[in-house]
Amino acid sequence: MVALKDLPKEEPYAPGHRLCAGCGPSISVRMALKAARGPTVVVNATGCVEVSTTIYPYTAWRIPWVHTLFENIGAVAGGLEYAYEALERRGQRKGKVDIIALGGDGGTFDIGIQALSGMLERGHDVVYICYDNEAYMNTGIQRSGATPRGAATTTSPAGKVIPGKRGKKKDLAGICAAHGISYVATASIGFFGDYIDKVRRAIEVEGPAVVHVLAPCPLGWRSNPADTIKLAKMAVQTGLFPIYEIIDGKYKLSLKPGRLIPLEEYLKLQGRFSHLLKPEFKDELESIKREVEDEYKRILGLAGEPVT
Amino acid sequence: MSRRKRSYKTQGVVSYLGEAPKHIGKIKASSQIPGAYTGDEAAAYAAKQCKVDVVAAYPITPQTIIVERFSDYVADGEVDTKYLYAESEHSAMSACVGASLAGARVFTATASQGLALMHEVLYLASGLRCPIVMAVVNRALSAPINIHADHSDMMGSRDCGWIQIYAENAQETYDLIIQAFKIAEEETVQLPVTVNLDGFTVSHATESMKVLSDEDVDKFLPPRKPIFKVDPETPITVGAMALPEYYYEVKRQQEEAIQKSKSVVKTVGDEYGKFTGRRYGFMETFGLEDADAAIMCLGSTCGTVRSVAKDLRAKGKKVGLIKLWMYRPFPTEEFLSAVEDLKALAVMDRAISFGAPYGALCSDVSSALQNTGMDIRILNMIYGLGGRDTPPTTVRDVFDEVLKTAKTGKVKERIRFLDVRD
Repeated sequence: MVALKDLPKEEPYAPGHRLCAGCGPSISVRMALKAARGPTVVVNATGCVEVSTTIYPYTAWRIPWVHTLFENIGAVAGGLEYAYEALERRGQRKGKVDIIALGGDGGTFDIGIQALSGMLERGHDVVYICYDNEAYMNTGIQRSGATPRGAATTTSPAGKVIPGKRGKKKDLAGICAAHGISYVATASIGFFGDYIDKVRRAIEVEGPAVVHVLAPCPLGWRSNPADTIKLAKMAVQTGLFPIYEIIDGKYKLSLKPGRLIPLEEYLKLQGRFSHLLKPEFKDELESIKREVEDEYKRILGLAGEPVT
Repeated sequence: MSRRKRSYKTQGVVSYLGEAPKHIGKIKASSQIPGAYTGDEAAAYAAKQCKVDVVAAYPITPQTIIVERFSDYVADGEVDTKYLYAESEHSAMSACVGASLAGARVFTATASQGLALMHEVLYLASGLRCPIVMAVVNRALSAPINIHADHSDMMGSRDCGWIQIYAENAQETYDLIIQAFKIAEEETVQLPVTVNLDGFTVSHATESMKVLSDEDVDKFLPPRKPIFKVDPETPITVGAMALPEYYYEVKRQQEEAIQKSKSVVKTVGDEYGKFTGRRYGFMETFGLEDADAAIMCLGSTCGTVRSVAKDLRAKGKKVGLIKLWMYRPFPTEEFLSAVEDLKALAVMDRAISFGAPYGALCSDVSSALQNTGMDIRILNMIYGLGGRDTPPTTVRDVFDEVLKTAKTGKVKERIRFLDVRD
């Protein structure tokens, strides 16, 4: 695993952008670009990172960066890749360009999943990074297909009868792996060395690769900005967000399973889950805990780890 | 009726009717090869000869022949093009934008629902100044579902900032696609272009036409020279957020670019005329030198109108045709100069602008005439929706009515729906 002292000093992602204090996605971008191996182009979906880093006439990007729309980075990145290849065929340009498509969970799990699927099926040599802060944070904290069950958002509020978001978080890594691509990973900014290694592996793989990284949003999670990394770690340590790789279809756990931290420890640091700790939603909390445990065991099973 | 003779004079506009300027077009095509092509085949062949770097497309009737032919070229190794088989039109146009930003020459084609699905991305292509060329095989929009020709698709996206050109037949489709790349990629333009051809009537009808040799197309159309590109050699940010302090200026510049593209359209049309003997520009007119009454329309219907006008003129009727090649930017000055001696004009719209005073083309015509002092009676005819046939007899009826209006000055109906059951 890459050590802090070995990380390149270059900062393709410059400071001075307008993302919040403690913004997980911003940290995820800075870390990802530490894994760059050469000339790199970033295709960014509409979202917090996009709107806050390129307010004209300023930009936080020292490398080529393209934004067009919310739901189409898979296609835009594919177009860029083919253009570089075609121009090289004609002798009009030279040299490999690494293309990173960067989208939030809304732009990936929901509105952009078709373009992502098309990109994976066609086999574009693109690294797709989904920074997951578990809701549409840019528009003001609305639920997405990545919002975990029970979380309160502005469109899945903790009401008197409905305690937050219904339904499970989509299994993005599984969906991507089902396309038969050779590299998919989940990661957390709480484990930076592991995350940066995964991005680098994704870059080195020929053909499409996906890295799904958990990146807490203090504003949307209603958490202390100083707790961003702590929460990113706890999400993994509670078993809620296991980190693993799927290499040529084979699951490999990135963190040896140990004793899990109780889920409540993670939930109580976040306002979005505060209702779940009230006595009236005790059953709901129990049901969520069972679901988290089942899902964790499923991943352990897929990774060939003993399930206890 | 009172009618002011030649009240409107164009200023500083080169007449669309005159000879091509002598300084343009020093080269001539070495040969022209006769052949039989459908409109779709002509489009695919033109794109092939334009040596496009990237095609990204999604199949839809009646555009399918274009993507099938191009797939053949790729499969047989006849082109160096990278073909991105998109999973939707939204992604097709998105990939076109990405490829164009990287500096590639890009072609795509769609129709109807496909264009509607692209709608959002069309604005990116023009706003980011991507010189993409797209064949739009005009087809009706659902509901009810219908696969046949009308102009509802393109008219629904007419404000998307693309240069919009309409072809009458396969020959024009071929010629206009070659010109479209030259117009789009011109340094001062840098805008995407649609070349429209009517579904089935043009797309699937085989016509005899002439094509250029590959070498001649190379001579006419050199490789694209992008003025900026997304490339690690020149790190730039493309698609930044422009808040109220800047957005308006960007859009205003875009409008200036499309208005100024007129001079490029004219130059390229003249050049192509010198090169091939087939001259293009903003519009083609027939019989306007002495016509009292005329019909104006787009696309394949112009052929029927021309033929009927010929018959009527042989019988001494003073009728004419205005066929627009270029719908956007609307050639206002040239249009006014063309119609200044007319007494009545029937504008035929192959799409409804629901709830509007007129169809889209007629709205443009009546806006162009506003404040000019010209007193031309305007009749709007909606026709041919969902592929409803518009035979010569219908066109003759329209000429009868517009001639009557020219004589009496009276407009019987603001909008008439042709060949429709009550």
